[in-house]
Amino acid sequence: MRIAGKGLAPEAKSVSFTFNGRHLMGQEGDTLASALLANGVHLVGRSFKYHRPRGILTAGSEEPNALVTLGHGPQQDPNQRATTQELFEGLEARSQNCWPSVEHDVMALNNLAAPFFGAGFYYKTFMWPAAFWEKLYEPMIRRAAGLGALSGEADTDAYEKAYGFCDLLVIGSGPAGLMAALTAGRAGADVIMCEEDCRLGGRLLAEDEEIDGKPAHLWVAEAEAELEAMENVRLMRRTSVTGAYDQGTYAALERVSHHLPRSHSLKGSHLPRECFWRIAAKRTVLAAGAIERPVAFRNNDRPGIMMAGAVRAYLNRWGVAPGERMTLFANNDDAHRTAHDLVKSGVHLAAVIDSRHDAPESDLYPVIKGAQVCNSGGGKQLESITVRSVRGEEKIQTDCLAMSGGWNPSVHLTCHLNARPAWRRDILGFVPEAGAVPGLRAAGACNGSFSTAGALREGAEAALAALNDLGLAAATQELPQAEDAEYRIAPLWAVPGKGRAWLDFQNDVTVKDVKQAAVENFRSVEHMKRYTTQGMATDQGKNSNVAALAVLADANGRTIPETGTTTFRPPFTPMAIGAMGAGAADEGFKPQRFLTSHEAGEARGAHQLEVGLWYRAAYFPKPGETNWRQSCDREVMYVRNAVGICDVSTLGKIDIQGADAGKFLDFVYTNGFSKLKVGKTRYGLMLREDGFIMDDGTTARLGEHHYVMTTTTAAAGQVMAHLEFVSQALRPEWDVRFTSVTEQWAQFAVAGPKSRELLNGLLDEKIDSESWPFMGCGEISVMGIKGRLFRISFSGEEAYELALPAGYGDSLYRLLVERAEALGGGAYGMEALNVLRIEKGFITHAEINGTVTAFDLGMQGLMSKKKDFIGKAMATRPGLLGEERMQLIGLKPVGAVKELSAGAHLFNPEDPVERIYDQGYVTSAGFSPLMGHMIALGFLKDGQNRIGDQIRLVDHMRGLDVQCEVCEPVFYDTEGERARG
Amino acid sequence: MAELTLKSPCEGLLPVTCGALTLKEATPGPLTTIAPFKGQEAALSKALKKAHGMAFPGPNESTEGKAGARAIWFGRDMALLTGAAPAEGLSEHAALTDQSAGWAVVTLEGVGGEEVLARLCPVDFRLAEFPVGATSRAELKHMMASVTRLEEASFQIMVFRSLAQTLVHDLKTAMEALAARG
Amino acid sequence: MRITCPLCGERDRREFYYKGAALERPAAEADLDAWHAHVHLRENPAGELEELWYHEMGCNSWLRVTRDTATHEITDVVLAADAGLGGAR
Repeated sequence: MRIAGKGLAPEAKSVSFTFNGRHLMGQEGDTLASALLANGVHLVGRSFKYHRPRGILTAGSEEPNALVTLGHGPQQDPNQRATTQELFEGLEARSQNCWPSVEHDVMALNNLAAPFFGAGFYYKTFMWPAAFWEKLYEPMIRRAAGLGALSGEADTDAYEKAYGFCDLLVIGSGPAGLMAALTAGRAGADVIMCEEDCRLGGRLLAEDEEIDGKPAHLWVAEAEAELEAMENVRLMRRTSVTGAYDQGTYAALERVSHHLPRSHSLKGSHLPRECFWRIAAKRTVLAAGAIERPVAFRNNDRPGIMMAGAVRAYLNRWGVAPGERMTLFANNDDAHRTAHDLVKSGVHLAAVIDSRHDAPESDLYPVIKGAQVCNSGGGKQLESITVRSVRGEEKIQTDCLAMSGGWNPSVHLTCHLNARPAWRRDILGFVPEAGAVPGLRAAGACNGSFSTAGALREGAEAALAALNDLGLAAATQELPQAEDAEYRIAPLWAVPGKGRAWLDFQNDVTVKDVKQAAVENFRSVEHMKRYTTQGMATDQGKNSNVAALAVLADANGRTIPETGTTTFRPPFTPMAIGAMGAGAADEGFKPQRFLTSHEAGEARGAHQLEVGLWYRAAYFPKPGETNWRQSCDREVMYVRNAVGICDVSTLGKIDIQGADAGKFLDFVYTNGFSKLKVGKTRYGLMLREDGFIMDDGTTARLGEHHYVMTTTTAAAGQVMAHLEFVSQALRPEWDVRFTSVTEQWAQFAVAGPKSRELLNGLLDEKIDSESWPFMGCGEISVMGIKGRLFRISFSGEEAYELALPAGYGDSLYRLLVERAEALGGGAYGMEALNVLRIEKGFITHAEINGTVTAFDLGMQGLMSKKKDFIGKAMATRPGLLGEERMQLIGLKPVGAVKELSAGAHLFNPEDPVERIYDQGYVTSAGFSPLMGHMIALGFLKDGQNRIGDQIRLVDHMRGLDVQCEVCEPVFYDTEGERARG
Repeated sequence: MAELTLKSPCEGLLPVTCGALTLKEATPGPLTTIAPFKGQEAALSKALKKAHGMAFPGPNESTEGKAGARAIWFGRDMALLTGAAPAEGLSEHAALTDQSAGWAVVTLEGVGGEEVLARLCPVDFRLAEFPVGATSRAELKHMMASVTRLEEASFQIMVFRSLAQTLVHDLKTAMEALAARG
Repeated sequence: MRITCPLCGERDRREFYYKGAALERPAAEADLDAWHAHVHLRENPAGELEELWYHEMGCNSWLRVTRDTATHEITDVVLAADAGLGGAR
């Protein structure tokens, strides 16, 4: 019911919305909850386990009950809190966890069966038979339990992430937060203030009080205007700080468009739904306030029973009285403000029930002292309460009970780095330990200072201390005048009596459940939590955990501080997974690296292969070819018979210069490079310090102190980091400089017997086998453009790699392919490249897979005995040399075998196919069009001594079980005549 | 006779304008990394000053020389010379490596560029922390980038050439999201 | 976590690559036990540890970072080049 003239915006414009299909009117500035209450709607949803009717409990992000689903299809958002959802024109909300409707919910039968559903019910009931769990029990429980549901369709919203930086992060904008921000802002500090609400002010918006002689919300408006005008202050509204991390890093969730109709945040409209911030703050003031806690009594979960502070907020901020005949139940003075404000607003207050015998009296309303509410009556809405006092039990008619068990300081963020809060007996609450999060100071209610004056003072003090840390001078602030009432409270956690009294409303945990856990010896608070699910719902037990552990402490005969709290974990409020993964959908998932030949390849219909981040052409189908093998075979034969062109620019290229460049290469490679002649290229093997192979490649010497190293595509980044490590950490005194030139050069393999012919049609100066012998390298020019030419071969044919600055890559590639086609060849892709190198027994990272040594490859000769190199000591240790090692071999099929596969394992023909008889494995396989059958490379125990043996190849994944002959890993041109030309 | 034609890294991708911001491909001319040899730092800086009019930049700085030359700190013991081919004598003091074709170079111009970068880089690019002339080697989304503030409202952003399409995609997405907030 | 790179300043840990404990490389002629210890054996303190971090997304510096493994407090960062990890030559 809206009270005329009450609230912060009594003249606000009307807004229409629907709830469960019913058309209702609210007003601008409303939350869904305030609008529902203004319409007299209390029943909002059904509870998790028992499907009990539930209403609105709070006025903030801690709300456990009033969860609704918004939107449909891909935009369906379940579990949105009505208490924080801002109302907008056309908003459609509906209840969840009920069928067929919130009014008539079939699953409410669970409530009648409640005696069976206590703590540990699932654990005890669904034990046997084990096979039933997956098929019957779990699906059944999943159907019955849970709150809102996702649509199952892909999310169509846009999300964003961002980084923020500041001297001082202020979390919360109540009196403490505002005072901290004003103090730091006036001193010139760089301030970010995060407020989860759409308006600054915190509790000051909910209270009828004065600061400096004016209404608190007007003081807030002035403070806000002053902060807005400061360039060094950034105000982030609708932003919850969700986690505290190391070195002053905070996560924050900004709800960018939750308050707007859904069409605003769809992809394509570009407005993100949420933005996930990572804020690096030099200092932080936590001014997160406090959360009021309920009192557990029988049937305390009925719609119409609300928190006292929330009732005050609905009344003072939104001008809404949640009932016509109100009652109040409390154990502290603060709650009496609700009674006062209600009566002042003309709302009928039937009684105030205070558990304390020394409760304050009032001439505005009757106070029943030393009394407790021990039951509630009604159906889907509160109708009466039963009050127990020295006078006995009496029933009071009421449609809304405001209750308060005191306030819990919001210490959550201070515990994210493992600290535990400290118990304060005077306020019956946990407060943060100083230094719990380095650089963070708590101020105001979250620090246990509940008066407005105390909050203003602590906010200013925390900011001054932070400014002092940062070396910024600040004038002492004159504190505004405000109420400074003492916070008086007496313990009352649960009212004794029969029946179920709720602690955790969202997960349906009662006092009885917690006691049952203690009886069954789940006495640790962490065990009780998991056994009962206390605090494990989306609200994380924000308003229920402390009462639950008080009940547990009592059951265990221990104190609350002895019992301790459960662990606080981020996020403080629920957030969309989409926000955490912001920017990572579709193309944003990972960077894409495109070759300069990419477009030309696409024009030839190239099928692309993802190689790390690179896109490389796998093969280029020609008309009439019906599968990739036909294209691959054709491309292989281009290289064997004529000339093929392949983009090899993805291989890492590192430019190495300096007086100690040769010495440096000698140290990182197993073999020597300092004596390599200028104008020559050499194959090199690089080990890790543990003696296993890291990478291989060729390195060319371009000048006395100038080399260019080639790495494999896969290990380019790793090798660069390794070289930096060796140079910086191990040999900092050597004069060597290097930089990646991978992207500077477009480099193309020109391979095949007609490669030289092709090049001589392009190069400005012709080459021959004398000027450009095998493994020769040097500068060339093509049509006046300077480049490099390396005579190296990964196919076994006479072959070159031609490099020009990448700007010419596209043009050069098109030209090379055109010329190759004129000579009976053409472009070849990764599939053909793979077959060509398997035919020659050349290795890739399929072979050098991290478990392989130079010995395994038969390359122990490349390990220099004359010099130290990385991995030398460990490569020759026992166990890395000898017949127990698996060695590189080739495999040929015996008989009519159609398929060999990489990943298959090798067994002796007479042995069973079991792990302990494993003899080795296949690393690479391909069809050799030259030989007309499959060939493969692999590793076989003592393989070099078993050439000519028969071996059984088994691949359970692909259903292969075939006989092979072990052979040398070089299938073609074993003497290497063709490459030498 | 066929001839080789030059293609820029961002050809066909830029410019893009979104709200107050424009993303353009930049053509800073030759790019050369300069890495001083051991003990040659001072001599190099002197030679650089003589030849191109600017000192070797310290960490996170760029220095402007004559005739459009600029030296951008490019990481540990390295600077990137832009806008001029390196003078002859410099190679006595430093390893010089041509990178003219290896980098996609774009400029983000207009008010609010730092807000776009704040969506991609974990580095504070606001004016007070990152004044005109400041430079940073930083992560941009998942890419290694170089970011330099050329003017108050102009950032030069560089990533490896092959990443041009991703760079434009990521910057454009951030620009659009920012513009949509109004 | 944030690490103060001696060259770039304070940076988010996502820009760094972690290698492990910062250890001095044994001399080439050191015995196999020394090499075994260097490659395979590690202290695992709940407290201060000298570690190697690589500012891969930044300036390419290798760093020796002294970090408390329990609290993540970082008490020292130096360039690996100045940390004397190369061992006897």
